[in-house]
Amino acid sequence: MKKLTQVAAACLLAAASTAHAADPNLGRNLAATCANCHGTNGKAVPGAGMDSLAGESKAKLLQKLADFKSGDKPASIMHQISKGYSDEQLALIAEYFAAQK
Amino acid sequence: MMLMKRREFLKAGAAAGAMASLYGCAAGSKAGGHVVVVGGGYGGATVAKYLRMWSQGSVQVTLVERNPTFISCPISNLVIGGTKTMEDITVSYDNLKSKWGVRVIQDDVVAVDAAKRSVRLAKGGDLSYDRIVLSPGIDFMFDQIPGLNNAAAQEKILHAWKAGAQTVALRKQLEAMPDGGTFAVAIPKAPYRCPPGPYERACLVADYFKKSKPKSKVVILDANEDVQSKKGLFMKAWADLYKGTLEYRPNSEVKDVDVATNTAILEFDKFKADVLNVIPPHRAGSIASQSGIKLINNRWVDINWLSMESTSTPGVHVLGDAVFPAPTMPKSGHMANQHGKLAAAAILNLLAGQEPNPAPVVMNTCYSFVDAKNVIHVASVHQYDAATKLVQPVKGAGGISAARNELEGKAAMGWAKNIWADMLA
Ligand SMILES: Cc1cc2nc3c(=O)[nH]c(=O)nc-3n(C[C@H](O)[C@H](O)[C@H](O)COP(=O)(O)OP(=O)(O)OC[C@H]3O[C@@H](n4cnc5c(N)ncnc54)[C@H](O)[C@@H]3O)c2cc1C
Ligand code: HEC
Repeated sequence: MKKLTQVAAACLLAAASTAHAADPNLGRNLAATCANCHGTNGKAVPGAGMDSLAGESKAKLLQKLADFKSGDKPASIMHQISKGYSDEQLALIAEYFAAQK
Repeated sequence: MMLMKRREFLKAGAAAGAMASLYGCAAGSKAGGHVVVVGGGYGGATVAKYLRMWSQGSVQVTLVERNPTFISCPISNLVIGGTKTMEDITVSYDNLKSKWGVRVIQDDVVAVDAAKRSVRLAKGGDLSYDRIVLSPGIDFMFDQIPGLNNAAAQEKILHAWKAGAQTVALRKQLEAMPDGGTFAVAIPKAPYRCPPGPYERACLVADYFKKSKPKSKVVILDANEDVQSKKGLFMKAWADLYKGTLEYRPNSEVKDVDVATNTAILEFDKFKADVLNVIPPHRAGSIASQSGIKLINNRWVDINWLSMESTSTPGVHVLGDAVFPAPTMPKSGHMANQHGKLAAAAILNLLAGQEPNPAPVVMNTCYSFVDAKNVIHVASVHQYDAATKLVQPVKGAGGISAARNELEGKAAMGWAKNIWADMLA
């Protein structure tokens, strides 16, 4: 009970400063859609031939994703997948993977 | 669990939830409670692990699965083709238990009481829950093929559309078949589990015949009017690799079988095979389709795409092949895994008294082998659309392989190893 009352209070405080409705775990949730191939939290199974994304810099990840989207970076599948996400979503995903150690 | 405590918890949760939606706030509070997951396949194992991981252990999870180990349908066509073994497609539930703290019970769930929030186990005993996730996969509608509607017939005319004993048995039938024989695979009308799967199987059996029994033939009896997935790429593989070996017959729905003679009975025709592999029409696994929750077409569960929760029965979330799919969404292991993550995120929010994420995204990839090494893919990304309340395919995204290639043969195995680890390691 106590915990939830505190949550509600925290909510009111947060609501006073921001008006957006995004889920605070959006980056985590979006990055999880990549885990089927790149591993849970971007840690790919070693030796299975898929790239790990965990701990890569955000800028580097975003550059690669932009190059997949534009077609500059040749790919078997990433050009098709990256186009399904907005640039804002890719930024959240890159930030999440960059923060994984 | 003490009932009083849970009630209070739920009430408080609902209040906080109302506030959260009012002010657009979803602070990172901790969820608590007990989630029961029925079925440890692609959807169920994923949701169990992610609930534990994302709640940092604060949500208790019990997974009930009838089988002692996980056996993957993806890659099982390579076992049937003879280039992989059962060991290659079997994964233990040990890490879910020891690493993630999931309580795994090997048993059958025989009934769900959604009003009392409890389930009954076959071996006896009830489990109570705050929320339940059903990911039971499919069950076959054998009554649609009268000759197959008994145990003896089902041991002779196999489906091998759930991986396990049937996978091994079908491989044995193919090995025992003399050269010059015919293998026929019958596909039910869509929607069915894994749209490209039967065509992949036909390719891999044809590849095996080419190498080991070159006078033998493969015939696809498709109830549909056309190839259901990656049509151009499959037809090209058939023309380039299996000309004279593999024959495709559309509009060939199997209405019945004559078990004694291994004959498929079509509407106007009959087809006798040496090895007859009939994939019967299917519906949501019986624990989902027989629990009184709302179905569509009497076969698939109607769910809310923000939470994977049944539209009729609060507290019951359904994943994977059992759900009525959103537009262009296939019944695949990849997609069931994505459903599992969508549901895990939503359940943690709900248990903490918050609204589910209003903008979920899921994506799919199905790799198919056209021979032991060459693979083709189909991919799609689906974003939630508030107007239709469905996850909708993103236009201009996704697509298929340019051509079959060996690089994606490696990627397909990489996918399998990573998705198995994502569920179970
Ligand atoms: C030959 C073949 C090839 C395929 N290839 C691919 C592929 O390459 N890529 C891909 O993405 N998908 C593929 N698929 C599809 C994929 O296997 C399914 O879409 C996926 O398994 C669906 O996941 P699920 O969780 O809904 O069901 P499942 O994975 O079938 O899991 C359901 C589990 O629930 C258990 N269960 C059911 N009822 C109960 C109960 N009452 N009590 C206890 N336990 C219960 C079952 O034992 C089972 O373990 C393929 C399928 C086949 C048949
Ligand atoms: C179906 C499997 C699959 C999924 C799902 C997938 N990827 Fe990839 N990814 C690949 C493959 C394969 C490559 C190699 C390039 C290629 O052939 O497309 C790759 C390469 C990459 C690279 C370049 C890695 C490097 O070091 O050069 C990045 C970055 C990347 N993916 C990000 C993502 C993100 C972000 C997602 C989720 C939105 C994602 N991927 C989902 C298969 C996948």
